[in-house]
Amino acid sequence: MLYDIWTVFWREWLVLRRRIGRFILSRMVSPVLYLVAFGWGLGRSIQVNQGSYLDFIVPGIIALNSMNISFTSVGSPLNMSRLYHKTLEEYLIAPISSVAFVIGKVLAGALRGLISSVLIIALAYAFGAHLVINAWFFLALVLNCFVFASMALVAAMIMNSHEDMASFNTYVLVPMSFLCATFFVPDHLPVVLNWMIHILPLTHASLALRAIATGGEVPISSLVIMLGYTILFMGSGVWLMKKVRE
Amino acid sequence: MIHIDGLVKKYGDRLVVDGLSLEIAKGEVFGLLGPNGAGKTTTIRMLTVLTKPTAGTIMIDGCDHGEQCIKAVIGVVPQHFNLDIELTAWENLELHGRLHHMPAEVRRQRIAELLEYVELSDRAHDMVQKFSGGMKRRLMIARALLHQPKVLFLDEPTVGLDPQVRRRLWELIRRLKGEGLTVLLTTHYIEEAESLCQRVAILEKGKLIALDTPAALCQRLGAYVVEWDEPDGFKTKFFAERVLAAEFAATLTTTTTLRQTNLEDAFVELTGRKVVG
Repeated sequence: MLYDIWTVFWREWLVLRRRIGRFILSRMVSPVLYLVAFGWGLGRSIQVNQGSYLDFIVPGIIALNSMNISFTSVGSPLNMSRLYHKTLEEYLIAPISSVAFVIGKVLAGALRGLISSVLIIALAYAFGAHLVINAWFFLALVLNCFVFASMALVAAMIMNSHEDMASFNTYVLVPMSFLCATFFVPDHLPVVLNWMIHILPLTHASLALRAIATGGEVPISSLVIMLGYTILFMGSGVWLMKKVRE
Repeated sequence: MIHIDGLVKKYGDRLVVDGLSLEIAKGEVFGLLGPNGAGKTTTIRMLTVLTKPTAGTIMIDGCDHGEQCIKAVIGVVPQHFNLDIELTAWENLELHGRLHHMPAEVRRQRIAELLEYVELSDRAHDMVQKFSGGMKRRLMIARALLHQPKVLFLDEPTVGLDPQVRRRLWELIRRLKGEGLTVLLTTHYIEEAESLCQRVAILEKGKLIALDTPAALCQRLGAYVVEWDEPDGFKTKFFAERVLAAEFAATLTTTTTLRQTNLEDAFVELTGRKVVG
């Protein structure tokens, strides 16, 4: 089982290693834009909770960026592999379990999310942000990567075209990037909207990362909710991998 | 080696494979023929555990369908090129070896051997994306053979390849048979089945309509055929003996051909349409 997880991960690692330079460079573009526009540009004149706006949004940017990277590095490739390249069949005819496949893919997606998050943390320091980075911070970050890598796996197994995959991105990920406490505190929103926002997993990532980074109390409940989402999506992924043979 | 009994596959109300029963012996090269949509690929997908049958049983080398042990004894070359284009030829094989739990040393040795066997050693470290169709197909065969399966499934192995490459692949398949491997292939190139297979099964609309050696299927119609043109279309007539065929041909006034019956004639007579590539 562990060996099979490693095999699935190994393939992803080979591909990532071959283009690590390009990967890192391209992953720096959008965080730099966010940091310049919201941190330097807009943020100069805004104070949030007695701190600078830059310190406020860096955890939000990390949350949304790790979401995007973990999702896209599993979603599209797996969807293409299932529908167009048919390389998924190579795994389906191999004597490995669906669980090993799902865990291997999710770990590989999470690794990419983590690499890009480390880059943002480095960039944020360069822009003069003040953050508390500790083991809790990384736990919250890793959980967020797991949530969205496993959500991508589920989406890739359900969506039956590349276009549907793009629509999923538009209807699910894009709204979350803006609403889930990434750029603002959702407490002032209408009650129902606030309540809905608190159901979404990214909100808990933003809140947890921000609380930890600003030296606040670790929001255990948010971490538990993220863990719950990970288990839910991974379980669904395993079920879908079995169902694909019908 | 392969026992199929009462195999059925339904997608909703659509019956794709309808009560197929077959026995394939060890070391046999067996051809599955049929028009497009006859259920050949679905049958292969069920045999290779990619699709669950609706009903019926499959046994391969003593393994029941649904067991992991079946995966160890089969090698699969699907119809589409499903190599990982983000990896090199060697890495594709390496991934397969790891997925099949081959120890590192055995894996390395076997990969080198098989690349040699399919004449791709010099391209081992090139990205698969740059390979031609024939090279991809050969690499897929090497991949299917890597874990030393006892049965090889080839779904339309030579579709879209030029004649030279096709003949090279035929040579390869004959060599595999010589080494005692059981091969099940689907094709709608009739001459391919004729030149490679000891027995063929013809499927139509999911049903088995004929099962015999290519020669016996031709004999059924008559060993000779006369073909001629008429204003309302192309006509054929079968004869048991050449003399009778020649006598008949002499009575015709249009352009006439007299030749030996081939598997394509048998196929067309049985399925009632021309096969399209």
